[in-house]
Amino acid sequence: MFDLTGKTALVTGASGGIGGAIATALHGTGATVALSGTREGPLRELADALGERAHVVPANLSEAEAPARLLKDAAGAMGSVDILVNNAGITRDNLFMRMSDEEWAQVLEVNLTGVFRLSRAALRGMMKARWGRIVNITSVVGATGNPGQGNYAAAKAGLVGMSKSLAYEVASRGITVNCVAPGFIATAMTDKLNEEQKGKILTQIPAGRMGSPEEIAAAVLYLASPEAGYVTGATLHVNGGMAMI
Amino acid sequence: MSDIADRVKKIVVEHLGVDEDKVVESASFIDDLGADSLDTVELVMAFEEEFGIEIPDDAAETIQTVGDAVTFIKGAV
Repeated sequence: MFDLTGKTALVTGASGGIGGAIATALHGTGATVALSGTREGPLRELADALGERAHVVPANLSEAEAPARLLKDAAGAMGSVDILVNNAGITRDNLFMRMSDEEWAQVLEVNLTGVFRLSRAALRGMMKARWGRIVNITSVVGATGNPGQGNYAAAKAGLVGMSKSLAYEVASRGITVNCVAPGFIATAMTDKLNEEQKGKILTQIPAGRMGSPEEIAAAVLYLASPEAGYVTGATLHVNGGMAMI
Repeated sequence: MSDIADRVKKIVVEHLGVDEDKVVESASFIDDLGADSLDTVELVMAFEEEFGIEIPDDAAETIQTVGDAVTFIKGAV
């Protein structure tokens, strides 16, 4: 159903499970993709696996100058950036009372400010093209909260407000801005949990299982598609019913 | 009109879809030509491209009329 032939997409955090699945889904429907992340090795492996129409553009989004440079690199490699998927994110979990200023600032810097800067850089080309898609990967915890993740939840909730404001500003130019909020997704990160922890989590999920990265990627693919042109400022929750909001 | 003024006028006509005779030096993009704030951002982007210059944000804010744009661009090219 979805055809992204001729479109160009920049995916951050593409070396991770969800980011890799997103890039693969966009590529699979014809898009040219630029894979970004801090670790070049896994990005290169993914690009090789995808074959043609895949570029590697490493970046460390915790540096203030990095987003503008990354956008330039991606547009240089692909000719434009029609679709931006802000998937990169870090965690620095700690109890609120023990959380350091640095743990707070690092998470806000990458997960919120980095997205602001990269989106700002991408808008110029999208405005000129009168077409653009920005999809921000948030999290169920941005809506529900989560103990030990005050910084992460703040950044993810912040993305939702930011996305809605930007969606207002650029809707008349054919640009949509949406969020996808994953629940518990089976990745390298959740593999580390023991059976008891996993069992506890599963009791909270009506679907009775964790989601797959491909199920997040499918939501992103929809929002990136021409078919979703009338959807903007929305958050699509993909969480097996864990939080029905 | 100078060459720069002609090119500015052409861009304004194209971007805002207004009649050429309304695009006079004293015309305000927002008050007289019906531009919204995002249109003014786009106009600045178009000027930057047409003339190969960079218009910093603080300068862009001072460009309110067609004449302002022509004056700024004359000083920048």
